[in-house]
Amino acid sequence: MFIRRTLPILIAFCIGFAMLIQYFIPHPYSERFYDIVVQQWFITIYAFMFIFAYRSFFSHHIRKVKRRKTGYIFSIIAIASALLMAVGGFATRRGDFFDSLYNYLYAPLQATMFSLLAFFIASAAFRAFRARNVQATLLLVTAVIVMIGRVPLGDYLWRGMPDLIEWIMTVPSMAAMRGIRIGVGLGAVATAMKIILGVERTYMGGT
Amino acid sequence: MSVMWIGLLLILAQVPTTVVATTDSIFLIPPTNLRAKDTPNDRGESIILEWDLPEDLSNIRGYQIFREAEDESLYLAGYAPVNRTEYLDQLGIRNNIEYRYRIRSVSPEGVISFFSELSLPVIASPQWFRKDLMNVILITVIYLALLIYFVQAARTGKEIFLRRIPGLDALDEAVGRATEMGKPILYVPGIWPMSEISTIAAMNILKPVAKKVAQYESRIIVPNIYAIVMNVAQQCVKEGFTEAGKPDRYNEDDVFYLAYNQFAFAAGVNGIMERERPATNLFFGAFFAESLLLAETGNAIGAIQIAGTDRVPQLPFFVAACDYCIMGEELYAASAYLSGDPRLISSIKAQDWGKMGLLISLLLGSVLSIFGLTFIISWFTVR
Repeated sequence: MFIRRTLPILIAFCIGFAMLIQYFIPHPYSERFYDIVVQQWFITIYAFMFIFAYRSFFSHHIRKVKRRKTGYIFSIIAIASALLMAVGGFATRRGDFFDSLYNYLYAPLQATMFSLLAFFIASAAFRAFRARNVQATLLLVTAVIVMIGRVPLGDYLWRGMPDLIEWIMTVPSMAAMRGIRIGVGLGAVATAMKIILGVERTYMGGT
Repeated sequence: MSVMWIGLLLILAQVPTTVVATTDSIFLIPPTNLRAKDTPNDRGESIILEWDLPEDLSNIRGYQIFREAEDESLYLAGYAPVNRTEYLDQLGIRNNIEYRYRIRSVSPEGVISFFSELSLPVIASPQWFRKDLMNVILITVIYLALLIYFVQAARTGKEIFLRRIPGLDALDEAVGRATEMGKPILYVPGIWPMSEISTIAAMNILKPVAKKVAQYESRIIVPNIYAIVMNVAQQCVKEGFTEAGKPDRYNEDDVFYLAYNQFAFAAGVNGIMERERPATNLFFGAFFAESLLLAETGNAIGAIQIAGTDRVPQLPFFVAACDYCIMGEELYAASAYLSGDPRLISSIKAQDWGKMGLLISLLLGSVLSIFGLTFIISWFTVR
């Protein structure tokens, strides 16, 4: 019980409180403490966690292939890709072969996924902008004004359009965003304090 | 004559050759009243210089700042443009060494003035406390006191009103629907590491969700972008299933590591949605560009979707593509809401009081600033 519950709470309290105090101390000793705890410990933990990551990754996909689950072909591709990148990196010591894999496979695949966003935005906007009620109509009208005002057509139609857009973005839109952000800030601080004080411990699996 | 030469050589020996003024320099006046002081509230290794501008700035392009130390002769340490009256010197400054400064004007043609008087000696030293953050400390202490007060008050059994959060109320319906359809529930805990508060909040929600899933004897899939998050998620799901009395239904393979890259992760999760066809998608935590990729794919497969994030720019995407959206601070309140623990619920009361305090300060600051009184705004400024 002590190892599973009390010790983690004690560690969370000590490190959390130390980090809180560290923020107010500019001395190099304080910076050194931050460097050791946050950066070096993090790097060490992350390095070890990759072992867990790969164990999970390979066991998950190998099991899918063995059981011939739906889409197991993608698991074969995932395993082959992971091995190819790893071998490419280690064998060529990040040379031309690895760079080619990165530049001509990895980067374009990322770009492809990112560019898909344009189509998803279009379909989501189409659904969101249907004028079903007063609020949706208001959203539709504002969105149309902002979209037109953001392109040269807005300025061409009416000289005051860019200023109107600027006002919408910096006054009502910003006010709403700041309202949410203040709530987020207070919520984050409260959650952090609850964790430090040991009131919140659901994230450890306990109550 | 030889005495004159010796005298001239002695004068030249006092300063490096680079700082000898030309005959034209008599037309330029250097800044006056050069003051050097240790930079306050820092780690040391920096000195602030301040000076008064010369009356005539018409021929001045800027100022050359020279520094000398106990073990270093005078040399050029920095440059400041014409209208500046201060300079932060932090290049090669060592703590606990005495430094002195001189400054001179430079014209656009490169003509230089004679030097200002040597500043008083100054020592850079590290501080143990940031006095400029007193406002942050005070607010933190007040907020902490409020939190402790309300948590203690919860022990007396005082009833605390908590408004309904439709997104969280819909969890039962969402899990029930998945059970009826015989399909799994997909839970994505964001793409930030465990050190982030939004990921911790996502983990706080995961356990009660897993408990519900176990009670309904359904299945939950939790793909992860970080191995640490995966380990915590495994623990949360396992505990949730155990608390529901169904530890045998927990499958470690359903809480797994997917990919480290943001878009690879998004592609992987989308693939899971297409293949497994989950009846319910839950997105809680920090999301970025992948938010809409995930939510739109979920929408396309007809899943009931509940999303919660503290990333304000992603909220519109989730609102557009999901059935329920938990906004900002509701993400942090979700754990208290779902657990029903009075101590956790009472902490939300402290948040409300904090918001009330900030709202009053905002109103007061705005009204007083109209009359030129900006002390409230200044007090809230963090440098």
